[in-house]
Amino acid sequence: MYKAMTEVAEQNKDLKDLVKREYKEGFVTEIESDTLAPGLDEDVVRLISEKKGEPEFMLEYRLKAFRRWQKMKEPDWAHINYPKIDFQAISYYSAPKALPKLESLDQVDPKLLETYEKLGIPLEEQKMLANVAVDAVFDSVSVRTTFRETLSAAGVIFMPISEAVHEHPELVKKYLSSVVPVQDNYYAALNSAVFSDGSFVFIPKGVRCPMELSTYFRINEMNTGQFERTLIIAEEDAYVSYLEGCTAPQRDENQLHAAVVELIAHEGAEIKYSTVQNWYPGDENGKGGIYNFVTKRGLCKGDNSKISWTQVETGSAITWKYPSVVLQGDNSVGEFYSVALSHNKQQADTGTKMIHMGKNTSSTIISKGISAGHGQNTYRGLVKVLKGADNARNFSQCDSLLMGDRCGAHTFPYIEVQNPSANLEHEATTSKISEDQLFYLMQRGLSAEAAVSMIVNGFCKEVFRELPMEFAVEAQKLLDISLEGAVG
Amino acid sequence: MLSIKNLHASVFDTPILNGIDLQVNAGEVHAIMGPNGSGKSTLANVIAGRPGYEITAGSVEYLGQDIAGLEADERACEGIFLAFQYPVEIPGVSNMAMLKAAINSIRKYRGEAEITAADFLKLIRNKAELVEMKQEFLKRSVNEGFSGGEKKRNEILQMAMLEPKLALLDETDSGLDIDALKIVAQGVNALRGEDRAIVLVTHYQRLLDYIVPDFVHVLSAGKIVKSGDKSLALKLEQEGYSWIEDELQQAS
Ligand SMILES: Nc1ncnc2c1ncn2[C@@H]1O[C@H](COP(=O)(O)OP(=O)(O)O)[C@@H](O)[C@H]1O
Ligand SMILES: [Mg+2]
Repeated sequence: MYKAMTEVAEQNKDLKDLVKREYKEGFVTEIESDTLAPGLDEDVVRLISEKKGEPEFMLEYRLKAFRRWQKMKEPDWAHINYPKIDFQAISYYSAPKALPKLESLDQVDPKLLETYEKLGIPLEEQKMLANVAVDAVFDSVSVRTTFRETLSAAGVIFMPISEAVHEHPELVKKYLSSVVPVQDNYYAALNSAVFSDGSFVFIPKGVRCPMELSTYFRINEMNTGQFERTLIIAEEDAYVSYLEGCTAPQRDENQLHAAVVELIAHEGAEIKYSTVQNWYPGDENGKGGIYNFVTKRGLCKGDNSKISWTQVETGSAITWKYPSVVLQGDNSVGEFYSVALSHNKQQADTGTKMIHMGKNTSSTIISKGISAGHGQNTYRGLVKVLKGADNARNFSQCDSLLMGDRCGAHTFPYIEVQNPSANLEHEATTSKISEDQLFYLMQRGLSAEAAVSMIVNGFCKEVFRELPMEFAVEAQKLLDISLEGAVG
Repeated sequence: MLSIKNLHASVFDTPILNGIDLQVNAGEVHAIMGPNGSGKSTLANVIAGRPGYEITAGSVEYLGQDIAGLEADERACEGIFLAFQYPVEIPGVSNMAMLKAAINSIRKYRGEAEITAADFLKLIRNKAELVEMKQEFLKRSVNEGFSGGEKKRNEILQMAMLEPKLALLDETDSGLDIDALKIVAQGVNALRGEDRAIVLVTHYQRLLDYIVPDFVHVLSAGKIVKSGDKSLALKLEQEGYSWIEDELQQAS
């Protein structure tokens, strides 16, 4: 029951193949930018640090990471195929040329504002989604963080990490890489060496963050990598819900995105982290698209703390991502809710790790993989119960939905249990959208597309209901667009 | 309303229907009976436009129009409804959400505005009452975990909500106890009207005690071999199908 399973699609001839979806976020913004020449060596790392006017401890941190990275080998994964990345062909820093420090919206380049408008993310506060504060990251640099005043009145710090380095160096020093060590993996080491920006969130003791916090990442420049870094700390009994959304222009070249996200929940704290990822996936022949290699890890440091990851992944040519929770505090709770879609030539290798260390810890994993076209979807999950983790509980459910006969779904649930009191349950299903379901809904008057959308959304329901309302709607729309033309 | 002439049809290339003629006028109720495997479900599915069910000769006209070229959803929007012999489960999609989407899709097809949330709630409450279905069923996923009888009743609820012009019921009475049977009959009778027609596929005449048909047809080996009024159903119940086959043999 716990052993690795592979299910490769064999399918229904009548669900015909899937065609083009148009990537509506695929435009490029013509804007002057300050971009480093491609290539990476120690001088580049120093230059990045210098451009950002970083304190000494940051330069040391970066150099240490870079030296580690040089000694590491790029991982090679069984279910992902892609041409070797030439790390010397990437530019490691690109910033829109603008005023050095933005005091108000008037100082933001209008073209940038326009870009975010087109993406449906107006940065003018009055037009924003009610109760959502936004940090927008354009290529490598944070463009604007909204609602800063309201937040700081509550004691919440929400700012670009590049600013936090200056304004709250003691916090950055204390927590940066406290969950993901620089040498953790190849991409994490690279990120630590060259990251340029990202969000920093600090919720002090006893504070419930008064609004949803969110970040939009946008890759614009050609041949740039995006290496953002997010650090979220919730002190005792604090609560925060954080969302990230991502898009990139449509380009024939592949672009690299290697982010690191670290979450720290102290005693009684709760962090909810949601992602709606819609990077450019490449065209139907697999040309172009984002390589998304991301390290996300949360530490339930205190007793009774809780961390929950929810992700809807529809974009990227390649996704390699395992948001994890380390359950260190007693009675701590880890959750992972995921929808990953791979269409055309997309490859998604995603899952989670739940590491049970404290007593009475529990974790839940709900993974929904959708494969269409030639898409390959892999769930790779690890549930690890350490010696001292008495009464650990885990429930895992991995469901795969196949559309068409050329896609694949693979499930690899690994477990390592060192404590006999552990109680682990795993369920896995693979289904396809059946002709019967389609005909049934069409007989009720729904078009083929509406019927597919309804079946897919039903399949994802347990995950969507974890998302904040507006984003659940967004996620549904995204799936619809991504699956456009999925039935003939 | 429905005019079927010399219909030959194949299911995934296997010929099943061998020349069916059937005329159903508005306001009428027709019962189609016949032994297992005689092609009753095939006929219903051909009319509804199920993929893989192909007309190889003859024609099916609905409201004066040949419907061979219409997709299943277009036929549904034109007012054809099929209550399935084996209703399908759609996990994660609530009965309510499905019905609302269906109603709006049909309205859109007809150039009408979407139904308001309030009107929809009122409508579904009414109809749920008609088929004696508890509110909680409306929120559950379509047919998921429903008993056989609940699935059949759910089909009738959907029919009542969509108010089709032509309703095809494929063995909706099978496996129902007498109370459930009465509820189904109640739903069907409520739909009867001057400008609607109903085709009941059934094995048992007992349903016809509650929904009295104007015509009864017997299907055998893909052909209608006998037609009559309600008394034919009674005779079939008492004497089975063999006498029809004897008659046929004598005739040939
Ligand atoms: N999908 C299918 N492929 C091939 N033959 C089928 C299929 N479905 C039904 N049949 C055959 O068609 C004939 C008529 O079936 P059906 O219409 O279901 O009969 P009834 O509803 O009268 O019991 C039967 O011989 C059955 O085996
Ligand atoms: Mg049948």
